[in-house]
Amino acid sequence: MSASPVAVLVFTILWGVVGIVLPFLVPKGPNRGILQAILILTAATCWLFWLCCYMAQMNPLIGPKLENTTLLLIAREWGKEVTS
Amino acid sequence: MGSLFRSEEMTLCQLFLQSEAAYACVSELGELGLVQFRDLNPDVNAFQRKFVNEVRRCDEMERKLRYLEKEIKKDGIPMLDTGENPEAPQPREMIDLEATFEKLENELREVNQNAEALKRNFLELTELKHILRKTQVFFEEAEHGGVVSQMADPSREEEQVTLLGEEGLRAGGQALKLGFVAGVILRERIPAFERMLWRACRGNVFLRQAEIESPLEDPSSSDQVYKSVFIIFFQGDQLKTRVKKICEGFRATLYPCPEAPADRRQMAMGVTTRIEDLNTVLGQTQDHRHRVLVAAAKNIKNWFVKVRKIKAIYHTLNLFNLDVTQKCLIAECWVPVLDIETIQLALRRGTERSGSSVPPILNRMQTFEDPPTYNRTNKFTKGFQALIDAYGVASYREMNPAPYTIITFPFLFAVMFGDSGHGLLMFLFAGWMVLKEKPLAAQKSDNEIWNIFFAGRYIVFLMGLFSIYTGLIYNDVFSKSLNIFGSYWSSNYNISTLQHSSVLQLNPNSTDFNQTPYPFGMDPVWQLAENKIIFFNSYKMKISIIIGIIHMLFGVSVGLWNYLYFKKIENIFALFIPQVIFLVFLFLYMVILMFIKWVKYGPASDIKYSSYCAPSVLITFINMILFKDTPQVKGCDEWMYAGQGVLQKLLVIIALLCVPWMLIVKPVMIMRSNKRQHYQLNNHGTENGDVEGAPGAAAANPPAPQGGHGEEEEEMSEVWIHQGIHTIEYVLGSVSHTASYLRLWALSLAHAQLSEVLWDMVLRRGLAQEGYVGGIILWAAFAVWAVLTVGILVLMEGLSAFLHTLRLHWVEFQSKFYTGLGYSFTPFSFEIILDTAQATTED
Repeated sequence: MSASPVAVLVFTILWGVVGIVLPFLVPKGPNRGILQAILILTAATCWLFWLCCYMAQMNPLIGPKLENTTLLLIAREWGKEVTS
Repeated sequence: MGSLFRSEEMTLCQLFLQSEAAYACVSELGELGLVQFRDLNPDVNAFQRKFVNEVRRCDEMERKLRYLEKEIKKDGIPMLDTGENPEAPQPREMIDLEATFEKLENELREVNQNAEALKRNFLELTELKHILRKTQVFFEEAEHGGVVSQMADPSREEEQVTLLGEEGLRAGGQALKLGFVAGVILRERIPAFERMLWRACRGNVFLRQAEIESPLEDPSSSDQVYKSVFIIFFQGDQLKTRVKKICEGFRATLYPCPEAPADRRQMAMGVTTRIEDLNTVLGQTQDHRHRVLVAAAKNIKNWFVKVRKIKAIYHTLNLFNLDVTQKCLIAECWVPVLDIETIQLALRRGTERSGSSVPPILNRMQTFEDPPTYNRTNKFTKGFQALIDAYGVASYREMNPAPYTIITFPFLFAVMFGDSGHGLLMFLFAGWMVLKEKPLAAQKSDNEIWNIFFAGRYIVFLMGLFSIYTGLIYNDVFSKSLNIFGSYWSSNYNISTLQHSSVLQLNPNSTDFNQTPYPFGMDPVWQLAENKIIFFNSYKMKISIIIGIIHMLFGVSVGLWNYLYFKKIENIFALFIPQVIFLVFLFLYMVILMFIKWVKYGPASDIKYSSYCAPSVLITFINMILFKDTPQVKGCDEWMYAGQGVLQKLLVIIALLCVPWMLIVKPVMIMRSNKRQHYQLNNHGTENGDVEGAPGAAAANPPAPQGGHGEEEEEMSEVWIHQGIHTIEYVLGSVSHTASYLRLWALSLAHAQLSEVLWDMVLRRGLAQEGYVGGIILWAAFAVWAVLTVGILVLMEGLSAFLHTLRLHWVEFQSKFYTGLGYSFTPFSFEIILDTAQATTED
């Protein structure tokens, strides 16, 4: 039960800007409405998609099952030495 | 405004045009392309209309132009297409154009006729030349030792020899006087010809033939044909007639061939000089033809445009009504309300051009007819609008799903296609089409597949872009993951554990897991995991349902705007609210359960909230509907939160109450409003009768309501049936459509697996080789991998994901609000007319 506030804030603000702030900044013209709809929908879909992925990993019910060779490689490549 | 959210507001207008200004005005309107004329003489035969003569003249001109074009193409002269768009010429210019085309056509026909005659002549002479040359050989052979004895040459065909020999004997050993004919025949007919001769003349003729090496041109079809020279020797007149008949039958051309060598030589010389003369004449004719065609080629596109415009104008004028005084033409047309001023300006321009003093009059009319649906699109929105129109053109002023489709379509596509690498390929291809838009559009390819891709370039562009995003979330680039932030999982196993077990699972409830998720997308460790599919399935199924329910709810709420716009407030209470409640209380609740599960259950130390006790959302949902209790394992709580059981029962009961609500309320409302009207009508009727006091009126009144009654009852039963179908469709649809969104999961899984298999089976093998041989193998493996990636994963999988997305929009989304019973606005526009005309001629 833990979410990193930084990640949540960063992506929520990012898509919030796209979906809430930018629509106000669209220049006046015949396509204003369409552009606003595009921005709002883009932000909504992308944010939702990110959120679902984030929440699905927040409390993993299972851990990844890895081969021992892969584990050794991970230990070497991702910088956590194997203890003896 | 021009927004795409609803189709344009249209109005029916009546247009009065002065006869002399009509042509110019219609021409201006055609350039504008914003007016759809209605046929005011639908019962008048096409041949009895006013301007049928002019249309026919245009047809004739077009025919001549097509003939010219065909001739130009035959000579391979490039046609100048400057892309300029000349205005429709004045009607009086039509005569000039006609004269020009007439002259050109006649000239060309004459030249062609001459050329054909000359060519025929030339062909005859050439054939004669060949005959003289080839027969020379035959005669020389014959002269060597007399015809008969020469035939005894053992190397020749023996039947011939004996036959002629016998005949020679019977004739008393005298030298025989043999007749002969010489001619030319198509080479492929020779075997049949020979056999026929042999059978018909019982072997009593002698045929020699020689091939003409160079092909000859057939003047009528101007094909290159191969021919052979033949000479037939025979004896007697009877045989001669028979041989000639056979020659005729086989379309062989016979030529006179003198017997004496000197004559032949002289004739050959004569023929050669005549051929030379003919050649110069032919060359001059061809030059002349070429000059004429080159001159015509410069203008032909221009002329086509002009003629087609004139024809379109007269065709449109034929739709108009003639005023009684014959001074003025009356037209009826559909016009976008916003463009009335532009149209009036165009009409004024037309009047000025024609020099008429009376301005045209544009009147708005009241009508009960449904106006056409006109969506003003630009090059970006056009493709998306086409996707919607392919399902059905929106009813007039109905909410148009196209603006939402611009994003939801690429998004749902990308959920299925989620792979950044494949998305990038798609994005680059579409980006190239978008960047090179103008030159590519100017090429006007008639390759159908290319045109489909090109028309949908912005759709593909967005699909690529979204696929890159979803690919990053799935952390899938050609089935490999990016490790941007560093995995949040790590292994704490020591070396001996690693040595003793081949597969180990990391424990989320320990330091193996960072306790916060990877910030953007899937943790790269999952791509390497053995149990990746289990994890991904649970995740992808959930997001499919989440996205699907939100999409459907969005569709239902778009319906609200329709009800508000069309002032059908009763539909909001009778349809919209129960629909929303039904969807929210059952299906959105399931989505909420998913989120609760994600938040509450995890690697907790409390067994109630550990993975051991985590309930299945689907089972919970099914049991909720069936009012059943889930059997629980010891130590686990059945409910995710306090009061869940009661709340769920309440939700189901309310949702189920919505079904009769949807079914009954609307028909009852209609019935009541009908009754009210009825009551008023009846009151009205009796009042009238009382006031007038006439027995006739009172007698006439009663039948009318009765008749109305019968109709209404029928109407009401129809309303009930309609509402029943609608309700059943919605209720069952909610279930089946929700399940239908699982295709998002299925296709995404299939795509990821296929791309992984391709990597493992092909590219990985190439990468595993060593040495310089390994380099070559890798090169081959990469080639195979790249071809299959583009061909199967991007093109075929892309197509299948596209079709599934299309279905999700047409069925699952649009069924919630879209009727699509309109007809599209087809304005009178030169641009469209010219484009279609060009497309049909190119076919």
